[in-house]
Amino acid sequence: MRLSTSLRELIGKRDFYAGGLMLLLGLFIALKGSTYRAGTLMHMGPGFLPTALGVLLMLLGVAIAAASLAPGGPDEHGGDQSLLPEHPQWWAWFCILMSPAAFIIFGRYFGMAPGTFACVFIAALGDKTASWKGTIILASVVTVFGVSLFSYFLQVPMPILTWRGEF
Amino acid sequence: MIEQALTGLWYGFGVAFEPHNILWCFVGVLVGNMVGVLPGMGPLATISILLPLTFGMKPVGAILMLGGVMYGAQYGGAICSILLNLPCHPPHAVTCLDGFPMTKQGRGGVALGLTVFASFVGASWGITEMIFLSPLLVKAALQFGPAEVCSLMLLGLLAGSTLARGSPIKGVAMTVLGLFLGSVGTDLETGSERYTFGMTELDDGIELIALALGLFGIAEFMNSVNQVAPINTKYTNVGIKDMRPTKADMKRAFFPMWRGTIVGSLCSLIPGTGPTIASFVAYATEKKISRHPEKFGTGLIEGVVCPEASTHSSVQGDFIPTMSLGIPGDAVMALLLGALMIQGIVPGPQLISQHPDIFWGLVASFWIGNIMLVLLNVPLIGIWVKMLAIPYRFLYPSAMFFVCIGVYAANNDFFQVGEVAVIGLFGYILLRLGFHPAPILLGFVLGPRFEENFRRAMLISRGDILVFVERPISAVFVALCAILIGSQIYFRLRGAKADLEPAAENVVGGEAPTALAAQRVPATPAE
Repeated sequence: MRLSTSLRELIGKRDFYAGGLMLLLGLFIALKGSTYRAGTLMHMGPGFLPTALGVLLMLLGVAIAAASLAPGGPDEHGGDQSLLPEHPQWWAWFCILMSPAAFIIFGRYFGMAPGTFACVFIAALGDKTASWKGTIILASVVTVFGVSLFSYFLQVPMPILTWRGEF
Repeated sequence: MIEQALTGLWYGFGVAFEPHNILWCFVGVLVGNMVGVLPGMGPLATISILLPLTFGMKPVGAILMLGGVMYGAQYGGAICSILLNLPCHPPHAVTCLDGFPMTKQGRGGVALGLTVFASFVGASWGITEMIFLSPLLVKAALQFGPAEVCSLMLLGLLAGSTLARGSPIKGVAMTVLGLFLGSVGTDLETGSERYTFGMTELDDGIELIALALGLFGIAEFMNSVNQVAPINTKYTNVGIKDMRPTKADMKRAFFPMWRGTIVGSLCSLIPGTGPTIASFVAYATEKKISRHPEKFGTGLIEGVVCPEASTHSSVQGDFIPTMSLGIPGDAVMALLLGALMIQGIVPGPQLISQHPDIFWGLVASFWIGNIMLVLLNVPLIGIWVKMLAIPYRFLYPSAMFFVCIGVYAANNDFFQVGEVAVIGLFGYILLRLGFHPAPILLGFVLGPRFEENFRRAMLISRGDILVFVERPISAVFVALCAILIGSQIYFRLRGAKADLEPAAENVVGGEAPTALAAQRVPATPAE
């Protein structure tokens, strides 16, 4: 019984996941690193340092996770042990991450102006108070300003308007 | 020695007063001041956005501008703290404690006026320190072999990750992660590819700008979106007339200002303790030696000028190890070093002699820039205050565009735009897990040089790892590392937190600015 409650407690602890993530990352780095030539200490190969870093990261991950199990340990981080914030903003997060994707797609196939508009438009939709009108106005203003700054003034080599210009 | 420094400074003013350099310096401090005022934009994100634009510029102009953003933001951040009680830039969090009560009493203008003055004094002291200390440090550092450089970097990395915010062990983990990310791409010595997974775009390694903008731009926007409280502009009517302090205020502010300056300059000498810690220590010290400590938090001018002077003195002092040793103290400095490296300039002790125009030009531009900032802040206070009202819903989508176009312009390649989104998502996950991403940048920038020097040291010593403790200078650095780790473990076992910040954060927490603002502080990595 006691074991199961402590197990449940453990799963609710953020530092446990933090340590676990570091452990996995370290494991991945070390395993991949060991496929490169390690060499000797005197003549180090490309795999030496990354593998060592991976192992170190694994150890740190274990230490972080272990510290979260120690009694009274994790509370010193302000007690915030939840993985998600109080009000998860899934939609806003999605919009923010889609904004660069839109920039890539629209920028590549249609040019800088549509790319900019799409990028700002999609990002702005993430805000709770966003309205269609306000979002369109904002995206247009940024597009005009951004294109004149980056295309005319700073000469970033990207066509302003194109149609499937470059694949 | 002094003569040499003064000649250098004279030369530096010549460089900094060249018309295009003075223009770039002005652009830098203007942009810096602006983003400092805007809640939700940090100097880190801004410098990374501006970084690609500097590729076409001469190195001197580029570094003057980027440096200007860094210290310009400190001036702006104070406005935000004093008038809005929003500690959106960590070094200024402690200024809220006495700054905002002063605003409520209608003395916000006085607080701002004296802050600008104290900032200038603090900065001037930091610059003076830089002028005289850097050549001394360089003299010592030129004796260093690869083993010494290696252990010095190790010390810098350890200090940067354990003394900064949050749990020390998590900080070390982030540094290790940063070192690893720095090793992605083609290995300099053997030419073999590491961790590229067949993507040719990764051959040159992860793009510094993409990493910085992902961690401090996108991750930060994800953290703040829909979480920023609407700004209360009730107290923000401040004009130039309100800024004039009375004689009594001046008298009371004089000594705290100098004490803050000294604390800040001492903090800047310890690697890893940036302006944030300096300002907290200064406030705590001032409170301790005050004859009426109970009055702190009710709007004492001492509680405003002391941390502000300390912040500025420490910001300028942070440039000392960065410029003279090539070891950055925090993420912003790492980014500036990265900017130099992109321009083809090798950081390290040889920088001052090889590129005197950069070093002395930068020092001279600090003074010019700080005078510009005083001039910008005093008469134009009304404009800055108006900028506070720009809502976040306009700010972050526009910033997203700058992020995208910035990473695109770095290589004219869409791949990096995708890279920045992936890094942003990863950075946000790290933030949620209680990691502070700043040490990643530190490790990333130092990583390749660390590996190079480590290899060289091992080659010279014929594979004997003991070389690090056998050479005396290196042994001192290794011993300092050991003391650092030992003290962290000791304080942890004793149950007390080793770093000073949580104690100071409790001070802030007691006053509790707005709940949302307080919530945002730990997540803002820009130091």
